[in-house]
Amino acid sequence: MALRESGQPDTGLLDTQTIREDFPILSRTVRDERPLVYLDSGATSQKPRQVLDAERGFYERHNAAVHRGAHQLAEEATDAYESARETIARFIGADSDEVVFTKNATEAVNLVAYAMSNAATAEDGLRGFQVGPGDEIVVTEMEHHANLVPWQQLCQRTGATLRWFPVTESGRLDLSDLGDLVNERTKLVAFAHQSNVLGTVNPVGAVTARAREVGAMVLLDACQSVPHMPVDVSGLDVDFLAFSGHKMLGPNGIGVLWGRRELLAAMPPFISGGSMIGVVHMSHSTWADPPQRFEAGVPMAPQAVGLAAACDYLSKVGMDRVAAHEHTLTEYALKHVGAIEGVRIVGPTEAVDRGGAVSFVVDDIHPHDLGQVLDDRGVEVRVGHHCAWPLHRKLGIVATTRASFYLYNTLEDVDALVEAIRAAQRFFGTRA
Amino acid sequence: MQLDAMYQEIILDHYRNPHNKGLRDPHDAEAHHINPTCGDEVTLRVALAPAPGSVLDEKAVVSDISYEGMGCSISQASTSVLTDLLIGRTVAEGMTTLDAFTELMQSKGKGEPDEDVLEDAVAFVGVSKYPARIKCALLGWMAWKDAVSQSLEKEGA
Repeated sequence: MALRESGQPDTGLLDTQTIREDFPILSRTVRDERPLVYLDSGATSQKPRQVLDAERGFYERHNAAVHRGAHQLAEEATDAYESARETIARFIGADSDEVVFTKNATEAVNLVAYAMSNAATAEDGLRGFQVGPGDEIVVTEMEHHANLVPWQQLCQRTGATLRWFPVTESGRLDLSDLGDLVNERTKLVAFAHQSNVLGTVNPVGAVTARAREVGAMVLLDACQSVPHMPVDVSGLDVDFLAFSGHKMLGPNGIGVLWGRRELLAAMPPFISGGSMIGVVHMSHSTWADPPQRFEAGVPMAPQAVGLAAACDYLSKVGMDRVAAHEHTLTEYALKHVGAIEGVRIVGPTEAVDRGGAVSFVVDDIHPHDLGQVLDDRGVEVRVGHHCAWPLHRKLGIVATTRASFYLYNTLEDVDALVEAIRAAQRFFGTRA
Repeated sequence: MQLDAMYQEIILDHYRNPHNKGLRDPHDAEAHHINPTCGDEVTLRVALAPAPGSVLDEKAVVSDISYEGMGCSISQASTSVLTDLLIGRTVAEGMTTLDAFTELMQSKGKGEPDEDVLEDAVAFVGVSKYPARIKCALLGWMAWKDAVSQSLEKEGA
């Protein structure tokens, strides 16, 4: 693939014409033969043929239950699964034994939260994660429900206290009370690398530095960062990183938890059953080493192979180029969507420390109604609270409309969005 | 253009000039319903008058419905239409209307609503083509059903 060379260097834009040929769905039409303008990659990305082929190829050539059986197909399937783990680990600068496959990113967060409460009743050597009354877990007001509700639940189960960083009017984390919020009682700080609503890229270093001072662990929700920018765990100084496959060109049904080797080794299991055991007796069992300890049941090998193909695809394009492409689209969208009379961007209005999720409200048009008009013109966006209800409440809005970009989107897609917003204003009579 | 079929003028009229909006007393019960996918909400009050010589039952007359809410045009207009349709009817008639409206919403755009029963609510037939919007249209109706059930239970208790 010559994508790295064939982009448009002056603009930072990729050669989308070539890229889009890899995504069959992008050439279909919707709602009365309208060309599809897909601006909902923050919810889920589309998949290139290379990913679909990899998954199909596994089923057609190598399908067997991995880590079971000694026949040739089982060997090939296991090899494909573990090779996929290596590829995915390399994609985030990690070692493969620190990469745990989960159903999705939500399960990855739950895995850590449940390991912490399960520690109370775990065997010797796996009790270090215990939390209880007097301990604190810190999150932020901008979290996706997936990185909020599991921590609420952990605190309910254990008597620990949940605290959170506020969000400023401009959509940034308010770190002014960092020293108080993250303190000697803090066991873990969990926050989003990039907000799925605001697009804000959070200052990881400032938070981790304070967490290190007080000995707290850090979990980073990387669902909106790993697909869109270079992420290297060796440079982040966090303890856990969670992300999902389907948001980064990969299949559904697979997520990733990266964790520091020594921490994973000290964690009791979350889901138990086959594959994750050391020895099983009728009355008790012992556990396998990580990552197998956290992968009970026959794992999602075809999806792992598909996700590895997605990593290969992104690596060939270059994550720095993906980030630059989206940066250009984001700048363009902030300028042109923001310039429409009656439209207000929710989140940072400048493309600084900011990714390609652009949420906005339109005066006197509810996001559901706006989304309906956009959909009628083939422009597919997300409307609602985007699984970040407390953030919307904090900002005093019921719901927003969100356009989110990926490597296959174009400036013309943004133009179509702008024109569709204006059409909605005309339709509902709120602007001439 | 399917938009015009969905956003019929009746719907937009009710959205811009909602009927019976603003919570009123007296009321027998209040229900607060939320659409968890978008955060839209409605708080709806019902006042019932028992049929002559009877306790509050299905023959009771819906003497008032008032509501407060925030949400899209479909949810707000639908609740406004509901108040026009059901105030002055008996609980039993209201439940029949609710069933007819629910059936219309589940018709995938193919419903042939009875205008005698549903009156202005027939305008929502276009909404039934869009699965994501059916909940919007039903939000106020579910709150009404809830509030009426609460009123009758209170009487029974």
